[in-house]
Amino acid sequence: MSARAAGSSLRERAGEFGLTRAEYDLVVERLGREPNVTEAGVFGALWSEHCGYKNSKPLLRRLPTQGPQVVQGPGENAGVVDLGEGWAVAFKMESHNHPSAVEPVQGAATGVGGILRDIFAMGARPIAVLDSLRFGELTSPRSRHLLAGVVAGIASYGNAVGVPTVGGEVEVNPCYEENPLVNVMAVGLMRRDALRKGTVGEVGNRLYYVGSKTGRDGLGGAVFASADLSAASEADRPAVQVGDPFMEKLLLEACLEAMEEDLVAGVQDMGAAGLSSSVAEMAYRAGQGVDLHLDRVPRREAGMTPLEVMLSESQERMMLTARPGKEEELKALFARYGLDAVEVGVVRDHGELRLVDAGVVVAAMPVRALNEPPTYVREGVEDPAARAARERDLTGLRPVPDPAAALLALLAAPAVASKEPVYRRFDHQVMTNTVVLPGQADAAVLRVKGTALGIAATVDCNSRYVWLDPRLGAAHAVAEAARNLSCVGAEPLGVTDNLNFGNPTDPAVYHQLEESVAGIAEACLALGTPVTGGNVSLYNQYVEGGAVRAVHPTPTIGMVGVLRDVTRRATQGLKRDGDVLVLLGGGEPTLGGSEYLYRLHGLEAGAPPALDLAAEAALYAAVRGLVAAGVVDTAHDVSVGGLAVCLAEMALTGGRGLTATVPAGAGTGRDVALFGESAGRVVVAVTPEAAGDVEAACVAARVPTARLGASGGDRLVLGVGREERVVDVALAAMSAAWTRTFAEALG
Amino acid sequence: MDVPSASNTQRGGEPLPPERAALARGRGARDHLSTARAVAVVSFPGSNCDADATHALAAVLGAPVRAVWHDETDLSGALAVVLPGGFSFGDYLRGGALAAHSPVMRAVADFARRGGPVLGICNGFQVLTEAGLLPGQLARNRSLGFECRDVHLRVERAAAPFTGRLAVGQVLRLPIAHGEGAYRADEDTLDRLEGEGLVAFRYCDADGNVTADANVNGSARGIAGVVNAAGNVMGMMPHPERAVEPLLGYEDGRLILGSLLDAVAAAAA
Repeated sequence: MSARAAGSSLRERAGEFGLTRAEYDLVVERLGREPNVTEAGVFGALWSEHCGYKNSKPLLRRLPTQGPQVVQGPGENAGVVDLGEGWAVAFKMESHNHPSAVEPVQGAATGVGGILRDIFAMGARPIAVLDSLRFGELTSPRSRHLLAGVVAGIASYGNAVGVPTVGGEVEVNPCYEENPLVNVMAVGLMRRDALRKGTVGEVGNRLYYVGSKTGRDGLGGAVFASADLSAASEADRPAVQVGDPFMEKLLLEACLEAMEEDLVAGVQDMGAAGLSSSVAEMAYRAGQGVDLHLDRVPRREAGMTPLEVMLSESQERMMLTARPGKEEELKALFARYGLDAVEVGVVRDHGELRLVDAGVVVAAMPVRALNEPPTYVREGVEDPAARAARERDLTGLRPVPDPAAALLALLAAPAVASKEPVYRRFDHQVMTNTVVLPGQADAAVLRVKGTALGIAATVDCNSRYVWLDPRLGAAHAVAEAARNLSCVGAEPLGVTDNLNFGNPTDPAVYHQLEESVAGIAEACLALGTPVTGGNVSLYNQYVEGGAVRAVHPTPTIGMVGVLRDVTRRATQGLKRDGDVLVLLGGGEPTLGGSEYLYRLHGLEAGAPPALDLAAEAALYAAVRGLVAAGVVDTAHDVSVGGLAVCLAEMALTGGRGLTATVPAGAGTGRDVALFGESAGRVVVAVTPEAAGDVEAACVAARVPTARLGASGGDRLVLGVGREERVVDVALAAMSAAWTRTFAEALG
Repeated sequence: MDVPSASNTQRGGEPLPPERAALARGRGARDHLSTARAVAVVSFPGSNCDADATHALAAVLGAPVRAVWHDETDLSGALAVVLPGGFSFGDYLRGGALAAHSPVMRAVADFARRGGPVLGICNGFQVLTEAGLLPGQLARNRSLGFECRDVHLRVERAAAPFTGRLAVGQVLRLPIAHGEGAYRADEDTLDRLEGEGLVAFRYCDADGNVTADANVNGSARGIAGVVNAAGNVMGMMPHPERAVEPLLGYEDGRLILGSLLDAVAAAAA
């Protein structure tokens, strides 16, 4: 067969490599010839959405990425922000949605493994993991199966590696029934000057493959992650990798030691698309070429083709660029840990990724072409169903007959219910840095040993808000994260975003993506939190009998912040009887997009709460200032479930009751006052002597305040405006509702 | 004599600067091997509480600490041995099963035979039972899942070298983090342990009552920690090294690790 004929037949098969025919033609143009199978496969993987961001890159350019605190912005394995005193924090979030849909235990476990490698590739020691999880309703057996599997997978990996899982969130909605979302964020601590990059460096440098051997597991994972899910996806189970946390632990220690001893000039995780993406990206950043010797790659099984070796997503592998002259020391160090460290490549000035098998060049691809996929700017059109839901008239809505029963129902709703049965499965204290444990506050807090510094971290997204109004909803996710950090007393430093959307070729999905990115950009700019990295996960939709069911657009926001003095911090639980409850901020509650509307009226409808970013910034600064001054040690933001749920959570977490009067809105009903959601509201509990200080500080900061009541007793007693005892419920009854949901789902 | 004092000791008495200590691995690199008298903290591949134990003993309690890798056989100069928590060798077979056959365990057994104090925490407890230095074994939790939470412990034994600072009946609050922590032994062994006062701790409620509900993992007779017949080897599932700093919300671990350091100081005097 002539080369020409072979090429023509490959064009017919472009789809097998994840390329459109037009993209295939572009590959031919960039190569100046027809690609062979190996080349087509490598191009297909690197030009997949997962690696190449071809649908999202033009949008992502709109995100603010600069700030005085940014040490490393987007484009590396993880972002890095400055913490002060010579310390820095590396952090990133990544999805493992499709693997978790077909094999939840390994899907979630390897999600943890991958993000940890991104962190220690920067030279940082991973110190914390947070999870953002989404499933269908927990009444569904499939969703309970997925929840249990994902929790078991995170536990099996994180616990064994010895990195604490300190926080997270769980949302449920029928839209995630077939396509759950598993987003994992990792946080690492480093000396600022220890920063490493994923680069091959200079011509002549040697590349070392370290870690596990390469097998056929995870073959084509990047392409798998960049297609719609369907019943046939079960057949893609081999595209799910298997994790080995013991290997990860050895790899982590060996890599950190190699960096500390200055034996490496560059470090890169082998993540999606394995060897292909790691070597191509490292070469691209350095503007160099690489000869990669496939026959030297440690194999787990015989008979693998060059393409299989290049696309394997076997876990626990890294690519290192040795410091010239330090190669033997590097090998000796890895040998001590019982790990492979094999020279597989050398840096060349030819600008190509050349794959060499037994002395024969089997593929030669320009590094730039591999890393510069075509990008697409599409026309977005708003989803008419979402628009209709948002514009739905809610004025005729009847209030619930029994507000106490409604409160109990909301406390049992998965978005609100205690996640203790989940986080109990995770070691959240290993490394002895966790100052604020899961469930105690709006964000996790870790100390930095030997300093007064604290690191706070949170992950947030209200996907219902985003579905109803993508721009506003995405901005809410950023604001909620910043508010959560501020409620523990931390100053927000930076954002990692995980954009989980459906198929971008659907104009409605593209509209959601475009608007969400705009919303994130607006909020990050206003709140001074640059985006330093993230992950895009598209094609989160399930195809069944021609019908497409996309997930709610879910731009998960991970945010880290700093506490200058970790002993000055706040948690949400009431700590003393007789504390004054003060509401800070002037957010106007609404039922639009609320959990109340969803759980008690079966509606996902109405406009989400308004968001005044300037007012938010003032509120957060005021709360942080009060915590840092030692005036406030108890704070909780008002979010899902409204003020009634906020107060109930403060009571439940602290194990003591309260009596309060919720402000009646002007012309809005009782249920709006109790359960309406808003941005811009925080409740603090302070001693009566300190209440005046809180109010004075808020006057100065132009933040409105209102005294709601006081802590004490073993009941939650709420009035609305002049109406007393609208809700009067025992703490024990609330606790039963609040703790039941996840205990049963995991039971 | 007092226990020699050093903070952030990592490599045989050489103090680490704080920025190194915060990121430190449990074991140092290969350049320690000092025979300075120190508490030996053993690291197996997959140990992940070794750095925490070192931090608690050295940075918080001021004891000299020496990092010992699993393939070492020389424990000369050790004042005590701590086997920390984690997942040694991945624990894919059975908790501690492979680590029990590490070269260092022969030295640990010799050290114990000569009366040296050996404390196994969590995975370290599993290693000690697998190595035959303590009776019984640790089986999967009753919940069949990993449990990370606070427990209360009733002190059942108050004696050097591990519980000298404690009183029988005292209630401690410590965290646990394990999937295989249900203590098991045959009835005769359990009777003997109780008869000879070798049970160190039992799971209890906040008021000190040993109840079925308080038995967090389904351990036989609520046992959370035991000592050997000579009393110089102790294994416990809860984590005292996580519970030595008020900033993290616990202090009771100081009583246990402090007891050990008291005993070490007394022996050295």
